[in-house]
Amino acid sequence: MSTIQADPAPPSDPLQEEGSTGRAGDSIFRGLATGAGMIIMLALAGVAIFLVLQSIPALGASGEQAYGADNIVVYIWPLLFGTVLAAVIALVIAAPLSIGVALVISHYAPRRIARLLGYLIDLLAAVPSVVYGLWGRETLQGWVFPVYDWLHDNLGFLPFFEGPVTTGRTILTAGVVLAVMALPIITALCREVFLQTPMMHQEAALALGATRWEMIRMAVFPYARSGITSAVMLGLGRALGETMAVALVLSASGIVTFNLISSQNPSTIAANIALNYANASGTKVNVLIAGGLVLFLVTFAVNFLGRYLAARGRAKA
Amino acid sequence: MTDTLHEPFHTDPSTDLSTHVPLTKPQLPSIATTLAAAVSWGLAGLPALLLSWPIAGWVVVGWILFVLALPTWSGLIEGGRKAVDRLVTILVWSTFALAMLPLVAVIYTVVERGAGALSVEFFTASQQGVLGEGGGIYHAIMGTLIITVIASVISIPIGIMAAVYLVEYGKNNRLSRTLTFLVDVMTGIPSIVAGLFALALFTLLLGPLPRIAIGGSIALSVLMIPIVVRSTEEMLKLVPDELREGALALGVPKWRTITKVVLPTALGGIVTGATLAVARVAGETAPLLLIAGTLRGTNFNPFDGAMQTLPVLIFGEATRGGLAEYVPFQIERAWGAALVLIMIVMLLNLLARVVGSFFSPKTGR
Amino acid sequence: MAKSIDVSDLNIYYGDFLAVSGVNMTVKARQVTAFIGPSGCGKSTVLRTLNRMHEVIPGARVEGKVVVDGQSLYDPSVDPVAVRRQIGMVFQRPNPFPTMSIYDNVLAGNKLNARKMKKSEADDIVERSLKGANLWNEVKDRLSKPGMGLSGGQQQRLCIARAIAVRPQVLLMDEPCSALDPISTSAIEDLIHELKSEYTIVIVTHNMQQAARVSDDTGFFNLKATGEPGQLVEFNPTKKMFTNPDNEATEAYISGRFG
Repeated sequence: MSTIQADPAPPSDPLQEEGSTGRAGDSIFRGLATGAGMIIMLALAGVAIFLVLQSIPALGASGEQAYGADNIVVYIWPLLFGTVLAAVIALVIAAPLSIGVALVISHYAPRRIARLLGYLIDLLAAVPSVVYGLWGRETLQGWVFPVYDWLHDNLGFLPFFEGPVTTGRTILTAGVVLAVMALPIITALCREVFLQTPMMHQEAALALGATRWEMIRMAVFPYARSGITSAVMLGLGRALGETMAVALVLSASGIVTFNLISSQNPSTIAANIALNYANASGTKVNVLIAGGLVLFLVTFAVNFLGRYLAARGRAKA
Repeated sequence: MTDTLHEPFHTDPSTDLSTHVPLTKPQLPSIATTLAAAVSWGLAGLPALLLSWPIAGWVVVGWILFVLALPTWSGLIEGGRKAVDRLVTILVWSTFALAMLPLVAVIYTVVERGAGALSVEFFTASQQGVLGEGGGIYHAIMGTLIITVIASVISIPIGIMAAVYLVEYGKNNRLSRTLTFLVDVMTGIPSIVAGLFALALFTLLLGPLPRIAIGGSIALSVLMIPIVVRSTEEMLKLVPDELREGALALGVPKWRTITKVVLPTALGGIVTGATLAVARVAGETAPLLLIAGTLRGTNFNPFDGAMQTLPVLIFGEATRGGLAEYVPFQIERAWGAALVLIMIVMLLNLLARVVGSFFSPKTGR
Repeated sequence: MAKSIDVSDLNIYYGDFLAVSGVNMTVKARQVTAFIGPSGCGKSTVLRTLNRMHEVIPGARVEGKVVVDGQSLYDPSVDPVAVRRQIGMVFQRPNPFPTMSIYDNVLAGNKLNARKMKKSEADDIVERSLKGANLWNEVKDRLSKPGMGLSGGQQQRLCIARAIAVRPQVLLMDEPCSALDPISTSAIEDLIHELKSEYTIVIVTHNMQQAARVSDDTGFFNLKATGEPGQLVEFNPTKKMFTNPDNEATEAYISGRFG
């Protein structure tokens, strides 16, 4: 023992005894790595600070400078409503679909095919949002128009389908496009959780004589519950912040309504910025930036909740 | 203990009845699914033909028949549990088919409507002085290339080094925990907010309504850095500690251990992640619309004035409106540009996969 | 209600890889049959083919026959779900469902078939099964607590209670004591003795003393050679196996000369 302690360079602890060049190299490299981390912090602080600074002049904006609204709250609130409405529509469609698709990849498809199917879903995420927007504006709106007609004729007594149906470019169409974009995100996260379900619990269910679906309900879903919730939250974050697809698809008039298929549609914060930015001047720019700040805070809250749930789920499992 | 065990079992009458429990149950033939599907869509075909429904109507009605028919048939012969299992199987696979519909539809439409626009002129000319027909997207391709390359040059080193800090130096200290949290926050930043950030920054530097391409690169970097950090971090964590210890035990300084052993081992995964990040931001529109602006001509200088990019061009051509006689050309140009953009993005994705599988034996645990 | 199992010319594959070949044996009703042998020789694989659980692993398939009560398990008309209901299984590591209470864990299998079970009926099944697994006295006051809160040995007995709650004909146990301490192990061994009068039991074990203590018949599995498939070397009454085995390899293994 004593001989090892007397050894000036014990092989088990080389960090203590490096050559001087190594030490200089080490501190430089460590400095670079730490610096990169610092830059990220600065960048994020910059995002927050600049948005807040540029939003302050908007607080006093009214009338012409706030696009005709009395004040900034009255201006942003309908946009926030539209943002949330479109994102919620997207999730109502995307969440069940994503869980189904994730199950196909994790439990239903034969393993070799499952990999390929996973790639296909990833490709769905690779298509740029502006292309989805163009597709929604030019193609999808034509497809959904007869469907909306049918909804209006048969379910018109519901406030959602009041109509009148004059265009396919409604908030519902925007929601569908957002659903397509949120689906791969939710699917990827659900798939991970489903695949992590301990084999021993799945085998326990099967050995009791459960069918595949009964096994999924007994062993997979209880295990994956918090993971699914967190995946849906992160999908929601994506749908809330999406700009171009909505800007291209939606024929917006900025009103507050639950009527999903009329030509009078709520707009969203992000799409509103994209559409109005080009001819904004003076305080109008600050008003738009203030909207961006609100959007940032909302998506931050949603993402934070999603990750919190995921972390709690992991700690429990 | 023993008598409490035996007594209730023997008094149960079902014990005696269950001497022969059949393991075979009536089952549907193996072609049942195919058969039910054929009959369902066949039946739906009759009214579809007679009333000349659109194809979508026929598919939907056939699907409803199928969803009702197979589980009902199964329920009658195989029992309720099996019927539910079959129903869920159909529903689950249906979600997959439904999810594939937009992918197939988008790619089909983009190719169908965009292919006609492609020509030599389309790739070599700009929109300078073009009103209706003609011109190309050369300026936008160059713009996307320049802005994306600059964004990558900024993001990839910062992202990789930050991940190195998190995995190799941070060791869960306060700074690394904060950083992890901030990277999570950054992942969730909506792209338009990144654009607003760049806009606010350059408003401060250049005065109101700045248009500058480097601002687009900075906005894209805000979106790209967290992706690079996340993927690099995952890959570095996969490098076994034995490798690090092995090098350190030989007296190699830590920074050389990282640059010569850890990073090369994880290289494949890091390159894959970085390529996917490039593909992700190459299609971003919103931030570029705000800060890089639009331009009909070609601009090679990222530090001076607006620069056109592919996504912004698509958005612009699709929404520009204007004289009715020009609109069809604008829309065709938008589809053509969408086709080019999709090809670039898909190519980058394919590249990432190839790189990933090429290097995977080394990075695998 | 206990049944015997006849296995003839059983070959088990994982994909193209032949894992176990040419198994022939008869597992007698209301007896304990132990499978022993060195690691990786296919004991657990053979056990899992007895209730078609090995199919859960992608690419696994079998040739040959497994006949229970005159019915071939691998007949195309046989439903694997029905097989697993009649032939219960207890796994190496205790695996109670983590989100369910002790009560619900016991009833997990029963609830699959009878959706509408009367409360009194359910209570009966829970009490009877937990008594059957020698666990009732330890948990009767906390039936609504999660099953994961029990000790390892209690969890394993909970899993046995869950398996016998559906009244199977055969109980398969895959190294049920390997994750347990000696006291829990002895509790499970006592339980196996008691369950024998009701069930046909097949147990895989690494522990030869355990095989000698609990079983009536013993099968010794071994690899033909390194890289070759596993095979059943000898199948005999446990007494004979441990005193006067037919095969030299068996003797070598039992006397501790290899494995």
